[in-house]
Amino acid sequence: MQWDWQVFCNSTISGDAAASCFGSGGDVTYLQWMLSAWGWTIAVSLLALLIALLFGLTIGVLRTLPSRGLSACAACWTELFRNIPVLVQIFLWYHVLPVLLPALKNVASFYLAAIALGLFTSARIAEQIRAGVQSLPAGQLQAATALGLTTWQSYRAVILPQALRIVLPALTSEAMNIVKNSSVAFAVSVTELTLFAMQAQEETSRGMEIYAGVTVLYVVTALAVNRVMALIEARTRVPGLIGMS
Amino acid sequence: MKQASMKQASMKQASMKAFKFNSLVLVALLAGYSIASHADTLKKISDSGSITLAYRESSVPFSYLEAPGKPIGFGMDIAGKVVDAIRQSSGKKEIKIAYQAVTSQNRLPLVANGTVDLECGSTTNNAARAKDVAFAINYFYASSRLLVKKSSKIKRLGDLAGQTVATTTGSTSFGQLRKLSLEKNLNLSVVPAKDHADGFLLLEAGRAQAFVMDDILLAGLLANAKNPADYEIVGEPLQTEAYACMLRKDDPAFKKLVDATLTGLMKSGEFEKLYKKWFQSPLPPSGKSLDMSMGQRLRENLKSPSDQPAS
Repeated sequence: MQWDWQVFCNSTISGDAAASCFGSGGDVTYLQWMLSAWGWTIAVSLLALLIALLFGLTIGVLRTLPSRGLSACAACWTELFRNIPVLVQIFLWYHVLPVLLPALKNVASFYLAAIALGLFTSARIAEQIRAGVQSLPAGQLQAATALGLTTWQSYRAVILPQALRIVLPALTSEAMNIVKNSSVAFAVSVTELTLFAMQAQEETSRGMEIYAGVTVLYVVTALAVNRVMALIEARTRVPGLIGMS
Repeated sequence: MKQASMKQASMKQASMKAFKFNSLVLVALLAGYSIASHADTLKKISDSGSITLAYRESSVPFSYLEAPGKPIGFGMDIAGKVVDAIRQSSGKKEIKIAYQAVTSQNRLPLVANGTVDLECGSTTNNAARAKDVAFAINYFYASSRLLVKKSSKIKRLGDLAGQTVATTTGSTSFGQLRKLSLEKNLNLSVVPAKDHADGFLLLEAGRAQAFVMDDILLAGLLANAKNPADYEIVGEPLQTEAYACMLRKDDPAFKKLVDATLTGLMKSGEFEKLYKKWFQSPLPPSGKSLDMSMGQRLRENLKSPSDQPAS
């Protein structure tokens, strides 16, 4: 088999080479389709990441609170979402929950995929936040309380600023994982990169080229996330707070 | 420029490596096979005393598993006849048959790189694939049509303007629908389903108003549905595709033998018996029949066999 990169400039309608690599009207090229699929991958990943950070932070903090009830609820959340495979969770959101909640029937699969992926990841992030909080010496919370801060104030001003800095590297991994895990969205018909690859390689019979292109885009996206997180890490660094940094 | 070509060359090397590695792994699984792909399949079979047939896990009734490790089907029967013909022509009685599972994603490279010698499943004979592999005489013609709910009153593609249509990811129907939607200004929203069963589920759940797929696959889904009476297959064929056995390119001797086997079956009337067995009789293991009479295109092909794609 020979490499044939021309395939990206072919029309997705006629299969013939387009005048340029960018078609017009409804007649797009495989390159354009791949870029639009990339857009869906990024959209699913960002929305899922937002949901994951929001819920992960909340649940992770709840797990460290003195209240037994809240802590137990948060533990249930974590176990529920990390003990079910992410693909199964997506199917549950798409096929099972709409039967119980008819309102979900009209929700686009894009949102359901992002919610499923976000909540799955929130369980993992919650555990990392908990690890970060619990890694701090007990004296930190005690000193804050002795200063007269409420629990909320101590978390806001003393605990979380330290804990979040500690877990940033782990959160970087999680954010990159979301990009890669977003490929499960193909299972509920979101036309993201993996679905594009599966369809385009069948249509063009140029699987190696298509998968190579898709791989590059996944790597670029995950690496971009990595760089953004590294930037945040550098900007928020407090000299002397964490070990060697 | 030079850099670019060097890059390409090293990528090419990497791909060769990947292929070799791939076949190496499979070789280990299949216990003792030569790695290099042979253009002369008949010689390879005669030297090694065995042939590797590809099978699909669930392409009913062409090639599917009746039980683990036991592939059966219309295509498997035909591949069996080809093996009989090889035994006869080579005078070797002892040709072992090894089976290798393939998917719609890997069947092409596995035939091209010599891991499997013959793939008789539900593979469409088309020009894009003919660049990498060869096709024998067509043994089935599938037409893609609409599966709809009877209650929806949809009778043809035109009735679906502005609505949602499901089809299976990796199928040629997806491209066909995009094309028709653009040409006829139908503004269809095409939803790619994960697999055929998922496409049917989308229709059942009301997320799509129609499921477009090959009639033979739709008949198979309906045969196994909870309430087949609620659905019907409607509309003119959007396109017709020929299914054929796939073999390595540039191997005229082997292609001639496979073609001669198929032509022989078609002339002797044995082909029609096989058709009855797989398309109009209860299928193992479910015991349900597809009840599909032979289409016009296939009938014509019995009279004047062709190995060309159905246009």
